[in-house]
Amino acid sequence: MRRLVLISVPYLWLLALFLIPFLIVLKISLSDTALAIPPYLPTLDLSEGWVGIKAFFAELDFENFRFLTEDDLYWKAYLSSLQIAAISTLLTLLVGYPIAYGMAMAPDQWRPTLMMLVILPFWTSFLIRVYSWMGILSSEGVLNQFLSWIGLIDQPLTILNTNTAVYIGIVYTYLPFMILPIYATLEKLDGSLLEAAEDLGCSRLSAFWLVTIPLSKQGIIAGCFLVFIPVIGEFVIPSLLGGSGTLMIGKVLWEEFFNNRDWPVASAVAVLLLLILIIPIILFQRNEQKQREREG
Amino acid sequence: MAQTVFAPWDDPNEKPLIQFRNVTKRFGDFTAIDNLSQDIYAREFFALLGPSGCGKTTMMRMLAGFETPTEGQILIAGQDMAGVSPNKRPVNMMFQSYALFPHISVWENIAFGLKREGMEKAKIDARVTEMLRLTRLERFARRKPHQISGGQRQRVALARSLAKAPKLLLLDEPLGALDAKLRQDTQFELMDIQEKTGTTFVIVTHDQEEAMTVASRVAVMDEGQIMQVATPAVIYEQPNSVYVADFIGDVNIIEGAATPQGDGYDIAWAEGQPVLHVKTGKSFAPGQKCFLAIRPEKVGISAEEPTDAANKVQGQIIDIAYLGNLSTYHVQLADGTMMKAQIANTRRLSRRSLTWEDHVWLSWTDTAPVLLES
Amino acid sequence: MRRMTWFNATSLTLGFAFLYLPMVILVIYSFNESKLVTVWAGFSTKWYGELLRNEAFLDAAWVTVQVAVASSTIATVLGTMAAYVLVRAGRFHGRTLFSGMIYAPLVMPEVITGLSLLLLFIGIGLDRGILTIILAHTTFSMCYVSVVVSSRLVGFDRSLEEAALDLGCTPFESFRLVTLPIIAPAVISGWLLAFTLSLDDLVIASFTAGPSATTLPIKIFSAVRLGVSPEINALSTIMIAIVTVGVITASVISKRATLMQQRDEQAAARTA
Repeated sequence: MRRLVLISVPYLWLLALFLIPFLIVLKISLSDTALAIPPYLPTLDLSEGWVGIKAFFAELDFENFRFLTEDDLYWKAYLSSLQIAAISTLLTLLVGYPIAYGMAMAPDQWRPTLMMLVILPFWTSFLIRVYSWMGILSSEGVLNQFLSWIGLIDQPLTILNTNTAVYIGIVYTYLPFMILPIYATLEKLDGSLLEAAEDLGCSRLSAFWLVTIPLSKQGIIAGCFLVFIPVIGEFVIPSLLGGSGTLMIGKVLWEEFFNNRDWPVASAVAVLLLLILIIPIILFQRNEQKQREREG
Repeated sequence: MAQTVFAPWDDPNEKPLIQFRNVTKRFGDFTAIDNLSQDIYAREFFALLGPSGCGKTTMMRMLAGFETPTEGQILIAGQDMAGVSPNKRPVNMMFQSYALFPHISVWENIAFGLKREGMEKAKIDARVTEMLRLTRLERFARRKPHQISGGQRQRVALARSLAKAPKLLLLDEPLGALDAKLRQDTQFELMDIQEKTGTTFVIVTHDQEEAMTVASRVAVMDEGQIMQVATPAVIYEQPNSVYVADFIGDVNIIEGAATPQGDGYDIAWAEGQPVLHVKTGKSFAPGQKCFLAIRPEKVGISAEEPTDAANKVQGQIIDIAYLGNLSTYHVQLADGTMMKAQIANTRRLSRRSLTWEDHVWLSWTDTAPVLLES
Repeated sequence: MRRMTWFNATSLTLGFAFLYLPMVILVIYSFNESKLVTVWAGFSTKWYGELLRNEAFLDAAWVTVQVAVASSTIATVLGTMAAYVLVRAGRFHGRTLFSGMIYAPLVMPEVITGLSLLLLFIGIGLDRGILTIILAHTTFSMCYVSVVVSSRLVGFDRSLEEAALDLGCTPFESFRLVTLPIIAPAVISGWLLAFTLSLDDLVIASFTAGPSATTLPIKIFSAVRLGVSPEINALSTIMIAIVTVGVITASVISKRATLMQQRDEQAAARTA
């Protein structure tokens, strides 16, 4: 009895506020846009019983999804999201790996502090961290002032409201997600393995390449997924740092919903976004599972 | 000795405290306890002994109420325990990991069960103090469990489980986490406390020496069944099966065929070897397959052929294990059988004459071995 | 084999400079006299004064705190229950769906979570306001809480609960007197995480907030969309300061606790 209460309270909560809302999205994505409140058809009329339900299902169709494939805005936005996510994941890895490596090689007594310094931004507002770059990257911003002061440029560079700014913003905000898993694997790395590699004739660089990198593979994979998956649906960074040319699906969904008030299309966009995410999520889960099994 | 007098299991008028009646416990396809019946009497120190996976822990957990039997009944003081939850049983348990609550002090740990009973404060104080004195922990009352040593933690766990004065105390490998020296001291302490409090103890252990030391009766278990229940001396001297003989201590097992001869049997065990004679109360059919079990310390070893021994065989010393107080000689007989003979080292090493590859005689009396059917 | 080479030192220095310089610049410019945020015109705290007089921001901050306190508290209760179910309840009908629903919100894009909840609230005719934001925040942060708490529960020695039952506790008493005090650190960090997530959230709040309730992130977002503003810099500085003090205090407390524990254990080993 007590067990039933314990299970059913969180269960019902999640059913009502997670699963059912998602089913509603699915349903609306199959509905037609209408000038009504709510602005879509059909609406389920339970008073007509089974006939009503049948009529309701008969009117659902994949028209919105067809529309998404016909209008090239959408598939461009999907492709562009995937591209931005892939490039920024790679950039985050290139920036994050040396930091994680440096932390793992730092003296023991520094490491808790370094750890805290990496985690601290987690607790700071995401919005504020993105916003902090607006003042740096704008045409009269700190970066341009600095570059012209040292005489590198005459004309201010246009960085804000371009994809470059989006990349910078993503690398900056998602860096801890990359550093932490890589650091976790590097910290466990047995130093005598590197000594053995050098003993067997490797140079330091080739020992790094042949021993350290393969042994930190799990951390690299985990870090890449932790950046890649949320970036695909990112909204705040492209809308604050990106320009009109920056197409990301999260932003499209937002605009479809709030600006165009086209709920069925917004829902179809959401469903497709989720379908795209399922593959990396499953791969990520499988990778985590494998690692857990390996660690016993 | 108290133990020789204390034998309620031989008294037909005595009512058992615990009764297992045809208890079976299955986990999925695995049968942990297989149709087991056993009585345990008040004030006993009852040891469940066996290798891991033999079902001894399951038996204990069924007594505590953490597992329910798939079939059969468990009675405590005549009351069927089916449907009685662990917190309502007159049973307390001392956990293998001690399970001391890390967030409260030693004193609070011991008082924990008393507070649940709603005992008044003055009585709790008195009882906890008594328990602290019994386990010599007075100085550590205010400490948290992580602030005391392993041996002290073990005593806190004991004090906590005894505080409610249960009819029955269950001890799950209570000394498993202690080192060898501390373990011996604690064994005697446990026996002392058991006698002082008059509580019935059921202990689970895989350490046969521990079971032999502390218990009034030992139950040797294997694969969900009790193989033999008896006092430690009987278990050692008169095991009822090769399994029990082999599990408890060191033993030589010789397989052969029995032929009635005088007040015992002659055992033919290897071609070209003289038969061995054993006195036994058991009866065997002529030619029946049997096993002769003999403890190494009951086997004599000598360079010359003994003249007065009932049984003697010849062999060659292959190995000598020097254990300080004892030496064990591994002797290979003519047919290749290995036998062990154990001799107390009463003389200085240099004065002893037997060494590797010596040809020797092993001998024993006709009452030394036990003859077993299986 | 720890080697602090020049390469390592450089990558650490540059890396942490990258992580912290933007925030440092933000803080510096919050004390800028000029309205033009990019031109330094001398030290001033006037933007903090402006901020304190800005009713709209103060209202939004109050709404945000109410939402965060309420949602993180409910989320902690529900998340702890969910963690207990995941780790302890064994098999039951629909367990796979349950654990799926716990883990899915962690990877679900916020735009989808926000959209779906909004459609639900409209569907059942619930007016958007503080209540709907609380419901939304509770739903996604309870999942984070349950992940944090269940990782602590997995490492929990079950015989402690059995010992409590053995000593006469009912199952609920055993949870209240033994389990909860021991997993308290995880429950507290779960609460803090839920609280921060709620304070931080823009996207889900934008979908589920109505005209009657605007949270601080929504307010900040609509302000910074138009460009950099010194008032927002001042607000950001205050938020960064609060977080920094909080995180450092928490880590000092936990470090001290670990040191005390180690010292006690060493002392105990000596007296043995």
